[in-house]
Amino acid sequence: MFKNEMELKFAALSENQAFARVVAAAFATRLNPTVAEITEIKTAVSEAVTNAIIHGYDGLDGAAVIMRGYIKGREILIEIEDAGRGIEDIEQAREPLFTTKPDEERSGMGFTVMEEFMDSLEVESEPGRGTIVKMRKIIGG
Amino acid sequence: MERNGNLIVKIRGEIDHHSADRIRHSVESQFKSSGARNIVFDFARVSFMDSSGIGMVIGRYKELNKIGGRVFAINIGSELSRIFEISGLKKIIPCFASLDEIENS
Repeated sequence: MFKNEMELKFAALSENQAFARVVAAAFATRLNPTVAEITEIKTAVSEAVTNAIIHGYDGLDGAAVIMRGYIKGREILIEIEDAGRGIEDIEQAREPLFTTKPDEERSGMGFTVMEEFMDSLEVESEPGRGTIVKMRKIIGG
Repeated sequence: MERNGNLIVKIRGEIDHHSADRIRHSVESQFKSSGARNIVFDFARVSFMDSSGIGMVIGRYKELNKIGGRVFAINIGSELSRIFEISGLKKIIPCFASLDEIENS
């Protein structure tokens, strides 16, 4: 079975969101995805990276986000990891419209979008240690 | 551009957390100086939007709701259609094919 993997580490700056989602989309192209599948991957990655930057680190200087990608057969797995503040209540964070930043016009739809656009979503987090979001998608599935 | 009480906001490029703040500030200042009552977001040239864009549009909806104005969306292509549906944005923001369609509705 065909296997491939990649890892990318970048500064937790909002200007790197576009860079991260384009890299994820480029990595997925070897599975010959449709335009819609590419949009779904890009959007899910953008949500996870946004969360890492604005919730995980909240503007902390020198912080980094790690993105890992794995391809196995027709499945792509993308992990977004930060070493930020972590999530106290993951179940609550995943609820549609929930946001800890209502004054900043956050929609609270980040995790909902990730769930809708990917086939599965796992969130591992520890307060004070950071968060890893794992998203899987079968291309052509 | 202001037309018949509608401020037409043509957004170009990608809407994410990085660009949403800039778009919000620009729309707010244009709206204040335009004297318009409503905002029409034109998404024809938007190639990507994540939930930061949803937050930005809902923010304008809330602001205009307070003063009796409305927010509309036009030219939502297939790329953006799904995020509009998933987020529930289509339920609160009337979406039209064109500006003419809003004015004739």
